[in-house]
Amino acid sequence: MKLLTPQEIADTLQAAAGAGFISARCTEWAEGAKGRKSRQVWLHITREALLPTLRRLADIHYPHVSVIAHADTGAQVDLMYHFYIYWGIPREEILVTLTISLDKSDLRTPTITGIIPGALTSEREKQEMLGIEVVDIPDGRRLFLPEDFPEGVYPWRKDETGIPPDMVKELWATGRDSLQLDDTPPAPTPEPPTA
Amino acid sequence: MKTIEVKKPSGYFTQIGPAHPALKEPVMFNLDVEGERIIKADFAPGMSHRGIEWMGLRRNCIQVIYLAERICGICGITHSISFVRAVEQIAQIQVPVRAHYIRSIVGELERIHSHLLWAGVAAHELGFDSAFYLAWRVRENVMDLVEYLTGNRVHYAMIQIGGVRRDITREQFPRIEESMKFFDNAYDQLARVFLDDTTVQMRCRDCGVLTYEEARQLCPVGPTARASGIKKDVRVDHPYAGYADLDIEYMTPDRLTGEVRGDVYDRIVVRLLEVKQSIALVRQLLEQMPDGPLLAIPKPAVLLAKLKGAAGEAVGRHEAPRGEVMHYVRLEAGKDEPVSWKVKASSYSNYLSWIPMMEGEQIADIPIIAASIDPCISCTDRVALVQDGNRRVLTKAELHRLSVEKTRRIQASLSAR
Repeated sequence: MKLLTPQEIADTLQAAAGAGFISARCTEWAEGAKGRKSRQVWLHITREALLPTLRRLADIHYPHVSVIAHADTGAQVDLMYHFYIYWGIPREEILVTLTISLDKSDLRTPTITGIIPGALTSEREKQEMLGIEVVDIPDGRRLFLPEDFPEGVYPWRKDETGIPPDMVKELWATGRDSLQLDDTPPAPTPEPPTA
Repeated sequence: MKTIEVKKPSGYFTQIGPAHPALKEPVMFNLDVEGERIIKADFAPGMSHRGIEWMGLRRNCIQVIYLAERICGICGITHSISFVRAVEQIAQIQVPVRAHYIRSIVGELERIHSHLLWAGVAAHELGFDSAFYLAWRVRENVMDLVEYLTGNRVHYAMIQIGGVRRDITREQFPRIEESMKFFDNAYDQLARVFLDDTTVQMRCRDCGVLTYEEARQLCPVGPTARASGIKKDVRVDHPYAGYADLDIEYMTPDRLTGEVRGDVYDRIVVRLLEVKQSIALVRQLLEQMPDGPLLAIPKPAVLLAKLKGAAGEAVGRHEAPRGEVMHYVRLEAGKDEPVSWKVKASSYSNYLSWIPMMEGEQIADIPIIAASIDPCISCTDRVALVQDGNRRVLTKAELHRLSVEKTRRIQASLSAR
């Protein structure tokens, strides 16, 4: 297998994204005494280009999906799909991040579980935590939130659908009084006198 | 006469969890069973949510380190190192090489103690309690060493953005070497107890199998992936910290047994091999550790001012004992707090592998299969908030009252004697 450089990967994926390509950058970061570098490719694309780009990426090397990260930027929600390729080859792994920006009026994205089944955990989490509809998700149930968690509240959103102030429990502000010690049953035997 | 049609169910639905003696932390398994055999497995995590990411978006980056460290009690360095590595990349802070080495040394000591903890839990799940006591007694040695080096058994508070907060000095090296010698001997004993024992082999061989292809598609990490032959290890794949200078091998079970079966036994093999590997890595790191400063920016106020000006996004990663931990951080100029913080714990990636492992196995195998991925529920469940005013969710006050009532009942029965 011939290993592509980060720039070659970015160019290949840009071609696969076609009109859906927005921007790309390659970064490097060195740690340790020998200055060996880890490498990252960041690609910003449209939602429509996500699946063709990912299929092209899977042709290069089967990607390991790490997680789908998110950011609420106000009018939009950014989803960052983090993949690793060339895992299993010492120090050659490359992080490929595909970013898509979704308007809050149309929070839909296609499922990628058809290509990588391991993305299911992260997609279920995006649905319940951000209110994103993952189209054709094989299992759309909630994952981390309890079944009785209110509908329409999305913990990771920064707008009016986020966690309302009355759901926030400030533990530091919990004085002894809030433990309601006064309604606890009395001790059956008197406390022994302290010496 | 009216005939009543009786439908005989061919199988049963059974729930294990969320709180169950076989599980160390709360997670629920929903199983369709036929006799003793599991036909279909499903799981529901989320019982120990604390809302840590939400809290992190309301704190500055230095405060988030301490919050991140408290995501998990076993991985004391994992989350803090991942978070600071992301922030360092955004702010372009070059960490001194000595600090990289110290980070890696603490990371390896943590791996030794976590794997031994797991070995004890696994032995206990099998009903092999003498091995459980052996593993946990041996583990105390590394806990003492970690306390000696960092001041704490858990939550080491070693990591700062741009370096580490405490040095490992030359005077401390003999004490570390003493422990490494202890573990050289302990490894031989543990390997004999865990790998040569007939009962362990009968319970774990070909039980809870995850094939290479399943592992490739479901994307597990750490020993769970490596036991199925997936060569994936952040320390090898991705040069970082002191690991970047060392030549580290992927620990797959075939190194010891000559084959990869992807069963529970292989997961024990991988973790034991990694204990041995960690001992060697600690020695190499100590040998190669250069002199130099510990922090890139020693003054927290200067550091905070620099972070306030930093903008961008980055990913910080670390190979935790259970596999890759990954933090995504996005900073904006002019803001103290991160605008986005996503934590991906290692067990988050490993959960889906439970399903192929459990299906087709017996109910009695659930504890060891559940434990075989070394699930860290508290790492993975950290996102939402417990809702108040709900009958099914007990409030703190109610729980406290119930607990006091029980104590009073016990006291009453004692005084009545």
